[in-house]
Amino acid sequence: MNRLKDPSHKGLLAKLHLDGPLLAGLLLLCITGLFVLYSASGQHWDMMAAHSTRLVIAFGAMLFLAQVKPQTFSFWAVPLFLAGTAMLVMVLAFGHVGKGAQRWLDLGFMKFQPSEVMKLAVPMAVAWYVSSHPLPLKFRHLIIGFIMCAIPTVLIQQQPDLGTSILIFVAGIFVLFLGGMSWRIITALALIIPVGCYSMWLFVMHDYQKRRVLTFINPESDPLGSGYHIIQSKIAIGSGGFEGKGWMHGTQSQLEFLPERHTDFIFSVFSEELGMIGVLFLLALYAFIIARGLIIASRAQDNFSKLLAGSITLTFFVYVFVNIGMVSGLLPVVGVPLPLVSYGGTSMVTLMAGFGMLMSISTHKRLLAQQ
Amino acid sequence: MIKRRPSIQDPAAESQMFNQRALFGFVVVMICFLVVVFNQYKLQVVMHDHYVTRADGNRIKLIPQPPNRGLIYDRNGILLAENRPIHSVELIPEQVKNIPEMLAELAKLIEISPERQQEFLKEVKYHRRFVSIAVKEHLTEQEVAIIAVNQHRLPGVTLEARLTRHYPYGELFTHAIGYIGKINAKELDKLEEEGVTANYAASRDIGKIGLERYYESQLHGQVGFQQVEVNNRGRVIRILDSKPATSGDDLILSIDMHLQQKAKELLGENRGAIVAMDPRDGAVIAFYSNPSYDPNLFVHGISGKNYRELLESPDRPLVNRVTQGVYPPASTIKPHMAILGLEHGTVTEQSRIADPGFYKLPNYSRPYRDHVRWGHGWVDVYTAITKSCDTYFYDLAVKLGIDRISDYMKKFGFGSRTGIDVMEESAGLMPSKEWKRARHKQNWFPGDTVSLGIGQSYWSTTPMQLALSTAILLNDGLKPTPHMGRYFRNQLKDTSLIAPLERVIEVKNPNNWQISKEAMRQTLMVQGGTGFNAFKGISYSAGGKTGTAQVINMAANQKYDANAIKEIHRDNAMFIGYAPAENPTISLTVTVENAGGGGSNAAPIARKMMDYYFTRQSAAGAQP
Repeated sequence: MNRLKDPSHKGLLAKLHLDGPLLAGLLLLCITGLFVLYSASGQHWDMMAAHSTRLVIAFGAMLFLAQVKPQTFSFWAVPLFLAGTAMLVMVLAFGHVGKGAQRWLDLGFMKFQPSEVMKLAVPMAVAWYVSSHPLPLKFRHLIIGFIMCAIPTVLIQQQPDLGTSILIFVAGIFVLFLGGMSWRIITALALIIPVGCYSMWLFVMHDYQKRRVLTFINPESDPLGSGYHIIQSKIAIGSGGFEGKGWMHGTQSQLEFLPERHTDFIFSVFSEELGMIGVLFLLALYAFIIARGLIIASRAQDNFSKLLAGSITLTFFVYVFVNIGMVSGLLPVVGVPLPLVSYGGTSMVTLMAGFGMLMSISTHKRLLAQQ
Repeated sequence: MIKRRPSIQDPAAESQMFNQRALFGFVVVMICFLVVVFNQYKLQVVMHDHYVTRADGNRIKLIPQPPNRGLIYDRNGILLAENRPIHSVELIPEQVKNIPEMLAELAKLIEISPERQQEFLKEVKYHRRFVSIAVKEHLTEQEVAIIAVNQHRLPGVTLEARLTRHYPYGELFTHAIGYIGKINAKELDKLEEEGVTANYAASRDIGKIGLERYYESQLHGQVGFQQVEVNNRGRVIRILDSKPATSGDDLILSIDMHLQQKAKELLGENRGAIVAMDPRDGAVIAFYSNPSYDPNLFVHGISGKNYRELLESPDRPLVNRVTQGVYPPASTIKPHMAILGLEHGTVTEQSRIADPGFYKLPNYSRPYRDHVRWGHGWVDVYTAITKSCDTYFYDLAVKLGIDRISDYMKKFGFGSRTGIDVMEESAGLMPSKEWKRARHKQNWFPGDTVSLGIGQSYWSTTPMQLALSTAILLNDGLKPTPHMGRYFRNQLKDTSLIAPLERVIEVKNPNNWQISKEAMRQTLMVQGGTGFNAFKGISYSAGGKTGTAQVINMAANQKYDANAIKEIHRDNAMFIGYAPAENPTISLTVTVENAGGGGSNAAPIARKMMDYYFTRQSAAGAQP
């Protein structure tokens, strides 16, 4: 604590363009995640090593982007968005099929998931567009912004990857919301959304996605089939109780009744082993990071920075809520990892890259504004 | 609120609007988190117990442990039914990728018939998950070794050993002890009815016939359990708790293995039955029905061909002649009839009749022949029994009447099951007027009563009934319950199976018992008795009664000529006897089918049994 207050160390953080509270929250979250993963993977050291490596890469990406000025993000927003959209089209045309979905682009030396780029490119581009107009937005600007969100969403949905397409869509919509989308339109959307959902059900959604929704409504209808995941997950969470069964002592997880326990369902392992006390701690940690992100957004100097920071932060929240909601039976299973805790590479790097942008926004202030 | 939207940027207003929106967003975030917390509370606190139960249901499995079946010993402590390990090669379908391929692989190593392979593939379809199925049971040592050395290239295939029943004396005790076999659907229903299915969770076999069936519940024992933690593939991770199985109680019989062997030897190729009993308490010392068959065939699952052979054999080896064979008792029941006559006052110790060699009903011309064509002359009750005078008993029966005979003979146990500890028992038949009307839609004719006097007509008994009636007679009207099981033994205690005697016949004059018994003694011990030749020169005293049962009815004047008629129509040789005459410790009932006269064919067998019994006893007595 004393060290953090030490002016020379503050200086170091400032020199590295890092936001102290946000960094502390992220580090604490990642360390918590490592402990949970150690248990959830069944003490799998190879997995731990791979995860740690990715953490290092992710923090490296964060550190790198923290050095970049927000204006640079603004400058690259549109080219990145266009390139990303082009790559999404290419994925659909010649992408690599893995696990039944076409998400990967083989670049020869590495496989690459363009939808990850779009997670940042979409809010950047929409923020750029919105910030080039006075706020709050006019209706026609809103429409153009909406189309910018919709194009990549539809392309990713075709892969099919419902989780990512939702995240990308909301990232763009958050920019529009923060940019002053009128309450009338928001209310209208709230009325239109049920209709939209139904038409998605009819025309857009794939069978496996429909099954997930049906299973979500009544998981016990198919306990050995598609309902198995959610039933086992709820058993894990519920049997954990208030205090939990103890780290590495969850029976659902350690005896492998819980599927996908180190990836999408890691929150169930956490709940089973650390109980409601642990869950409250984890939620508090997420709430702290989100609060800090919104404070950074609110203190940002220009609209682009505000909108981008706000969108990244709120999208991070959506990650958390969708994941926890789906494993605890509040939402259908859509395949979103628990951010910075679940095992899985690309999404973690993208998330930390987003936090790097937040750091950059938080630490690069123009002198003009300080007057 | 803002009516005119600013056309130029207004940083302060924009910033304020953004902050409002961000704050609104944060409130939504917090509401969502509250929903999550509330949901966690519901799952982890409110419904905690429910989910704990379900989590335990996932991970905790009960594996039943079969109890060892109680062993069966003879009265000398000789093991008659034991448990032997057998080996089988088994396969867990979930752990084998290609089952037909694996089956073909196994068939290369050990012999598996194509029928068995087909059957096995069917069993795979209907099996419980993660439960192994036997591909082949009763492996030879060589086959066990072949599988063992090839185990590494047979993933999912295991060698299992379990205990199964073995009867070291083979066919000697089949009808007495019976055998066990695989539980069938009907038996499963019965277990369910009795509410003991759980106790058979790990058992494959159940007593099918004989003592094994009668004492099933005591011999079987109590199932044990292992509570184990399993993973999602059903693999046992650790044992949480275990309750070992309790072995069934050992059963000690009153049967003497040596005497049983002697009975088999004496019957040889003849069809028939021998019962040796201690008349004092009904303990059965020998229980043999000939021909017999190997019970081990049934334990291992008998082949269709072998079973058909047993079923279709004209000698009918599957029938337990001791308790299911029904024979006319013939003259062996004359001592019983004499007691009734004396009790009723129809005859006295001194009263005599003249026997011209036949009997005629008053007003009927048909003669009922005595087996001695020229008659016995003046006959009293002693002569009537020792020489087996038919005329005396024709007369007695007619004088007593069917009702009286039927009622009294039922007290000797005729016409009802003896209660011996096997379930395969026939009640025989003690005819009555009512029975004939119901069964044959006919009235009872006086002629029916005549032949009833010499144990013919509709009267039929099992050898065990004859043995019991002899015991009642020897006990002066007290009835023991015949039993082969003497007591059960476990680590804690012995439980006796001997039931107390029960008075079934009250007499006015107890001396009447003595008259009948004395006549039986003279039958064997006095020159001229029908059993005298057979018992000539015995070193102990004995009593008994011979019988020769007609299998077919003869015309009034037809002479019986054994050589002239088919073997299966020849007379059955019958004998009941006991020794020592004064205070009997053993009684014998011998039935030899189609052998001819009882005095020359059944009595000698009984004598040899007694000789053997007493020789062994004195040898055992001399030893210590």
